[in-house]
Amino acid sequence: MSEELEKCTLVVCSGDMDKVMAAFIIATTAASMGRETSMFFTFWGIKAIQKGNPTGSTFFEKMLSVMNRGGIDRIGPSRLNFMGIGRWMFQKMMKDKGVTPLAELRQMAIDLGVQLLACQMSMDVMGIKREDLIEEVAGVVGAATYCGLALEGKTMFI
Amino acid sequence: MSENSTPSMTLDLKGLLCPMPVVKMAGAIKKVEVGQILEATATDPGVMADIPAWAKSTGHEVVKMEREGKIITFWVKRLK
Repeated sequence: MSEELEKCTLVVCSGDMDKVMAAFIIATTAASMGRETSMFFTFWGIKAIQKGNPTGSTFFEKMLSVMNRGGIDRIGPSRLNFMGIGRWMFQKMMKDKGVTPLAELRQMAIDLGVQLLACQMSMDVMGIKREDLIEEVAGVVGAATYCGLALEGKTMFI
Repeated sequence: MSENSTPSMTLDLKGLLCPMPVVKMAGAIKKVEVGQILEATATDPGVMADIPAWAKSTGHEVVKMEREGKIITFWVKRLK
């Protein structure tokens, strides 16, 4: 059945809670609807698939890691974050309503077979290495690999 | 509902919000045989639109949907 269906690809270039959450919700749903789904994480989006350890070897790369450390639990909302208070508030509000937390959504996407891909160029620029990403990342690739998947289906840009 | 519409499996989706009802349905439908019915109860009003959309896309049939207060019950027949 899945051969006949179009693939679904998502470009995640944001590292904000609201956008990353939307991306994982759509990805898990598309996978549940039988679509072969992949997510291409680029620039700030890479935060969502980082382990959360300090990264970088040059001064600028290390500064970037200090100012904007990766990791799914460090992801805050695009507005009203207030140095992490907003993140805490939204996490609490979502928990109270029974919304699935971001880290669980990511795990669910992995379990449903969603392919997580990281942008090689963004990682080179920011000094992020393969070992800084979670094990489940299927590959560190370039635009051509992404386009190869995207041209076989529908794309969403987040 | 006809005689062969007795659900062969029941799923409790109460308290779950998007995307969980659809994700759980997708997993559960594989556990019933083709032609059998999966019954589910949910509280997320979003399922009224989302379950039919999921069923249409995956090729299953929503036999019936009922809403009583906050509880929404629906029956989906696995077609493939």
